[in-house]
Amino acid sequence: MADPMRIRAAVRDGVVNVKVLMSHEMETGQRKDAAGNAVPAHYIRSVSATHQGKTVLSAQWGPAVSKNPYLEFSFKGGTKGDKVNITWEDNKGDKRTDEATIS
Amino acid sequence: MNHSRRKAIKTGGSVLAMLFAAGILKPDTAMAQTLNDSAFSMKTLADALRAIGAQNPATSDAIVIKAPNIAENGAVVPVSVESKLPGTESITLLVEKNPTPLVASFGIPAGTDGSISTRVKMGQTSDVYALVKADGKFFMAKQEIKITLGGCGG
Repeated sequence: MADPMRIRAAVRDGVVNVKVLMSHEMETGQRKDAAGNAVPAHYIRSVSATHQGKTVLSAQWGPAVSKNPYLEFSFKGGTKGDKVNITWEDNKGDKRTDEATIS
Repeated sequence: MNHSRRKAIKTGGSVLAMLFAAGILKPDTAMAQTLNDSAFSMKTLADALRAIGAQNPATSDAIVIKAPNIAENGAVVPVSVESKLPGTESITLLVEKNPTPLVASFGIPAGTDGSISTRVKMGQTSDVYALVKADGKFFMAKQEIKITLGGCGG
């Protein structure tokens, strides 16, 4: 299981700003190791964010998103104390979901 | 044995199947994933756009790309895209000269701002495109980012 995400969600004037830092290698599959063998691709393919059961962002990624991906977005309708859930799934089927409380 | 629960599950399943069959409930996520899988493997910008279904998108001033003009490290290039187009449905990032230009696609549901920030890898100096789907139409903006150290490779 991968390391937890760092999520910050803060509401201002009814708009919730969410910042997420994921922990993932994001290996492109184009790199070679010291012995000259190709390093197999390993990257997050899909990310989704939900607020009270409603999807507020869904993303599909390729391997060109940087290592330890950063993501920032904003949505309307959240209030302080609400929970925001972020889930990612990588190309090897690994998944991780983390939750943050809107401050 | 809890028969009512089993029955409920069974009925629930067939109702779902009926909804699929009737086309009321489309397996959207599954379809989107397969579409993008092929788009992500495209080797040229034109092919990637074709795979997304966005040939010759119109250029729009309402899409703002915020990114450095010169990035020292191609492995971590911060890019923000803001779409001021009404009815923005998705924002897609493409780097023309990457081995596979399609980087990431973000679905924007109603209520979410048409604005995202992330960090991308760039193999070399290239134009970065932000493709926005708004009201069913595709629009595009681009910015060149110069790279002094490539991010795809050693």
